Amino acid sequence: MLANKNLQLNSLGKLQHFLSIEGLQKSLLTEILDTAESFADMSEQQVKKFPLLRGKTIVNLFFENSTRTRATFELAATRLSADILSMNIATSATSKGESLLDTIRNLEAMQVDMFVVRHSLSGAAHFIAENAAPRISVINAGDGQHEHPTQAMLDMFTIRRVKQSFSGLRIAIVGDILHSRVARSQIHALNILGAEEVRVIAPKTLLPAQVESLGVSVYHDLTVGLKNVDVIIMLRLQKERMNSALLPSESEYFKCFGLSDDKLKIANKDAMVMHPGPINRGVEISSSVADGPQSVILQQVTNGIAVRMAVMSMAMQCNMRTE
Amino acid sequence: MRIEIVNGHIIDPRNDVNKQAGIYIEDGKVVAIGKAPEGFAPQTRIDAQGQIVCPGFIDLSARLREPGQVHKASIQSETRAAASAGFTSLCIPPDTKPVIDTPAVLELIKDKAEQCAYTHIYPIAALTHKLAGKELSSMYALKQAGCIAVGHAQTPVQNLLILRRAMEYAATHDLLLMYCPQERALSYQGCAHEGAMASRYGLPGIPVAAETIALMQCIELIDLTGCRVHFRGLSSKRSVVIMAKAKQLGLPVSADVAMHHLHLTDADMLPYNSHYHVSPPLRSQQDKEALLSGVKNGTIDAVCSDHQPHDIDAKLGAFPETEPGMSTLETVLPLMLRLVEQGHLDLAKGIEILSASPAKILTINTGHLAVGSVADICVFDVNTDWQINGETWQSQGQNTPFWQKTMRGKVTTTIQAGKIIYSQ
Repeated sequence: MLANKNLQLNSLGKLQHFLSIEGLQKSLLTEILDTAESFADMSEQQVKKFPLLRGKTIVNLFFENSTRTRATFELAATRLSADILSMNIATSATSKGESLLDTIRNLEAMQVDMFVVRHSLSGAAHFIAENAAPRISVINAGDGQHEHPTQAMLDMFTIRRVKQSFSGLRIAIVGDILHSRVARSQIHALNILGAEEVRVIAPKTLLPAQVESLGVSVYHDLTVGLKNVDVIIMLRLQKERMNSALLPSESEYFKCFGLSDDKLKIANKDAMVMHPGPINRGVEISSSVADGPQSVILQQVTNGIAVRMAVMSMAMQCNMRTE
Repeated sequence: MRIEIVNGHIIDPRNDVNKQAGIYIEDGKVVAIGKAPEGFAPQTRIDAQGQIVCPGFIDLSARLREPGQVHKASIQSETRAAASAGFTSLCIPPDTKPVIDTPAVLELIKDKAEQCAYTHIYPIAALTHKLAGKELSSMYALKQAGCIAVGHAQTPVQNLLILRRAMEYAATHDLLLMYCPQERALSYQGCAHEGAMASRYGLPGIPVAAETIALMQCIELIDLTGCRVHFRGLSSKRSVVIMAKAKQLGLPVSADVAMHHLHLTDADMLPYNSHYHVSPPLRSQQDKEALLSGVKNGTIDAVCSDHQPHDIDAKLGAFPETEPGMSTLETVLPLMLRLVEQGHLDLAKGIEILSASPAKILTINTGHLAVGSVADICVFDVNTDWQINGETWQSQGQNTPFWQKTMRGKVTTTIQAGKIIYSQ
């Protein structure tokens, strides 16, 4: 329900920025998945480089630490033949007092073409997209507790590859929904793509207010919430964001909301297990489940490259058309 | 200076006047209504044909940003803006830099306002030294220097014992406490109403309970200490219910709401538009409706601007890191008229909540137009449309979500103590 839908789309309805899943059409999400599919196939070839973005410069602007997201964006950009500049802003300009806008203006002056932004505050990517030069595309790589759209799309890609279709699927998202930008993007994506039911399972301390308004059913008991579920998405406990007493202990959390072999049996037999990583083994998920046959956690990582290649190429091509 | 305002429609809610008549001013006071006193020779004649003539508006909370933050606004710029919006008096919260906790700072602000010669200024002194919430301020000296009340702006008092002592001491000197209820532990790092919209945008929420718990604690302390308290900037339905009960108990309480909380809800927030970042946050439709009912039935006594002008940089950033507050003085009248147009209030009530009611809370003899009263007067045209833009806007702070919007209702003349401080 983003009021300013056009911020993400150009006048032709094509993706110019990728800031949030919310407000996008099913056809656009499907286009991302289809494009990613073509890159996934190509990635299996011996030469994994495509000249689509040759001569373009992409800046990874990470105001927050990240390893895998940053690495997969770098790899995706490299495979598209773009030049990539990775900046850890947390330890550079802003720590010297420079404002977010000044940082953006300076990088703009270096004639770059795309910003991939991760920031600890919700809305930061929107702010940059609104204030950056029109020729620059902005990809949200996670903003505060808001959205992480490429992570959600790689999850959708993984689900579609295993389950073929979203129709009829029941999906449970388990854990720290309150702080999870991934969960918000996943919820929007699953609803847009036509999943049968999206459930969230968590203690009340880890759920945002009126979470049902996002289009989910709410469970506080894992053993009830996992019944008849086809996909289980476990979330990381974001301890770095927990500034007040949200949980008594990790062991109690695992007892109530951790995914063990016993709990996994409650879900449908062919239920797939996902986790955006990094995993806290024995806290959110047992090792036997994380490494077990129903887990697709490492496939998610692999798929992340293809999906990010798809999003980057679509946004950049949109800008090339505009030029 | 002798002024006559003729052909206008006078609305003076406190004195139950609602009629077309002339009003005559001399030596800063109203000397007659209806017929000019014998031998009255006006130096200035204002023809208010088709316009409303009413008491000048009294604002219970307006930040002028001076001293300390003149890059945002100044006493000169904001009192001029206030005059253009029909205000004749402004209450200034103590969170200036330095804080209003000594007679020197208080006098500095009053002197500067007098030099500017627009609206009258009523400083609210700090309840505790430097607003640190630990040591009591010199309330008696501050009262002697002319503070109208004591308050704590939006910073917390360290604990309830200190609040109790501060209220007892304020009561000792018969000082009104203007209190913004907010339990900091519950609102910590929040920037939006805790509800569906905050969840959707991933914004840290401020629950209604952050306000109501602080409100109830303070009400208990009123019963204990006898301190007169005016609750500033209520934002929720629950607060209206609590206020109604406190009044039923006969406690010395009053309350106000900011005008924007009667018009905007969290659902109006455009995604990450920092102009909607205010404290307390814009709440739900239910809360807005209850606040309106509270104003209508008198549970909420007055409406204020809660004017908070900012510089551009303060609002330029990701929503949670921007500074809360809107620049609002100039939208108060048109927004009040919008409530009248929507049928929520009649015009007399709309004027009362901006003039007679604040005067009653502050126990000052303005906010009405009886013969002999101070000639603080606002003349406005209910039918004039104007657009908010760089040419019409007077405040230095352009941080309003109504920018570029068309407003209906415009002040044409403002008179403070018999002197014209604004004329269109």
